[in-house]
Amino acid sequence: MKCCQPDCDNEATVHLTEIVNGQMKKIDLCEECAKDKGVTDPQGFALADLLLGLGASSEMESVSAELECPTCGFTQADFKKTGRLGCSTCYTVFGEPLEGMLKQMHKGTQHVGKVPKALRAKLDITKQRDSLAEQLQKAIETENYEEAARLRDQLKELESVASVEEGS
Amino acid sequence: MELLDFLTPSDEISANGGPEDHVVLSSRVRLARNISGVPFPGRAKKSSREESCEAIRPSVSGASAMRGGFSSGMGDLKALDKQLLVERHLISREHAAKGGGSALVLNKDETLSVMVNEEDHLRMQALLPGMQIKQVWQKIDRFDTSLEKKLEYAYDASYGYLTACPTNLGTGIRVSAMLHLPGLVLTDQVNQIVQAVTKLGHAVRGLYGEGTEALGHIFQVSNQMTLGESEADIIERIHKVVLQIIEHETNARGTLQQGKPKELFNHIGRAYGALANAHIVSSKESMNQLSLIRLGVKLGMFDELKTSVVDELFLITQPAHLQQLVGEKLSGEERDVHRADLLRTRLSGVQGPQVSE
Repeated sequence: MKCCQPDCDNEATVHLTEIVNGQMKKIDLCEECAKDKGVTDPQGFALADLLLGLGASSEMESVSAELECPTCGFTQADFKKTGRLGCSTCYTVFGEPLEGMLKQMHKGTQHVGKVPKALRAKLDITKQRDSLAEQLQKAIETENYEEAARLRDQLKELESVASVEEGS
Repeated sequence: MELLDFLTPSDEISANGGPEDHVVLSSRVRLARNISGVPFPGRAKKSSREESCEAIRPSVSGASAMRGGFSSGMGDLKALDKQLLVERHLISREHAAKGGGSALVLNKDETLSVMVNEEDHLRMQALLPGMQIKQVWQKIDRFDTSLEKKLEYAYDASYGYLTACPTNLGTGIRVSAMLHLPGLVLTDQVNQIVQAVTKLGHAVRGLYGEGTEALGHIFQVSNQMTLGESEADIIERIHKVVLQIIEHETNARGTLQQGKPKELFNHIGRAYGALANAHIVSSKESMNQLSLIRLGVKLGMFDELKTSVVDELFLITQPAHLQQLVGEKLSGEERDVHRADLLRTRLSGVQGPQVSE
C-alpha cells in the first residue's frame, strides 16, 4: 500500500483508523510523512485531540492556560500532550474547563455508580451534616432558639460519630 | 515461579467453552482505580512508581481471590512472556512495554488479572469465555470490594473513581465482548452493524484493542461512557447490544447457508485447503482462514474437528505462542514457515469439510 500523501510514492507503514461521527476514516502514511505529521511523535501531536475528540485540547487551553496543579505541577500543556491528568487534585484544579469536555464525553457529569463502602458512611454523614447545618442556620435566622439548640446537639452527635469512624 | 510454568496450557485454556460461543468468544470487564493522594503513574517519577507499586502489589496478590495465583514485576518478565500475556488478553500492549515500577497479578485460572501502574494504579479485569457479561461484572465487583478494605481509592463524590484519563472517569468500567462475526462480514453487513453500535455510544475495535485491525472477523464491542450512568445500566446496555449482534450474526449465517451455499462452502473449503497444504502462512492469513474454518465447524461441516481445536490453533499460531512452542526466537519469515508446518500437521489428518447436498 502506498502512502496517501500527494507527491509521495513510499510504502505506507503507519496506518491510522479513526471513527468520526460513525464514519470510518483510514489514513495510510509512510514513515517520513507520519513523522512530518507528528503522528509518531507524541510530543508534537495533540494526543488529547486524538483521544478525546478534536477541539478537546483547545477547549482546555482557552480557559486554563495559566492553571497549574499545586500537588503534581501538572499544566494545561501537559494535558494537551498526553490527554491524561496528573493526579486526583488535577480534577479540582481543572474542574471548570473539564466540565464541558466531560459533558460531551459522558452521559452526565455526576457519578451515579459504585461507592466504596468506607466512603458510603462518610458521604452519608457529610450529607446529613450539611443538611443539619443548613436547618440550624435557618432556625437561628428565624430566632427559633429551641429548635436551634436541638439541631446543634444533633450536629455535635453526628460529628462525634464521624470522628470515631475516621479514627477506626 | 516462572510464567511459563504457571500459565494454563493452550489446549486446556481453549477447551473452556461458554454460552453462545458460536459468536461470543469471551466477555471481559475491567475497572480502573487509583490510590488516594498518590500521583497517577504517568505523572510519577520512576522512584515513586516503584514505591507505589511495592505498596499496592501485596494488597492485590494477598487477596483471597488470588490464592495460588501469579505475581511478578514487569521488569522481571522476559519480552516473550509479556507478548504471551498480550496474546491471552491478560495484559494490554501498553503494559507489556512497562518495566520496573509496574507489576502483574493473575489468579489461578487466569480469569482475574490486575495490572499495577499501567495508566492507572490499578487496572483489574475479569475474563470468561462466551457470553458471560453479567458474570464477569459480579466477579470483578466482588474483587474490587475486597480490595477497598486494604487500599484507599481516589474517589470524589461527584466525579466518582478518579482516573488518569477523563474518558474512564466515574465508574472506571470498560465492559467488552469479543465477537466472531464471519457471517456479517461475508454478507457485507458488518459496517452497518458497526455504525449502529457506534451510534449507541459503544466502541468497536479489532482483536487487540485500541487501533487494531479486525483480523479473523473478530470485533470487540465495549462501552465508551463511564460517568453519569451506573455500572448495572452500562452492563445491561452492552448485554442487550451483544444479544442483538448474536441474532444478526446467526441470521447472516442462515442466509448464507440458504441463499448462497456454494459461496459459503467455497470460502470454507478454500480456507481448509490452504491451511492443510500451505508451507508459508502469515499470522494475518492464519487468523482469517481459521476464522472461516471455525465457522464451518459451528455449521457442522467438520465431523472430526472441534471448536476447541480451532481456538487452540488460533492461539498457538500467534507470534509469541508459536515461538514458545518451537522453543526459540524466530524471525517473521521463520515464524510463517513454522506456523504453516503446525497448521498442516494438525489439519491435514482431519477430514475436510463435508457438504450435505
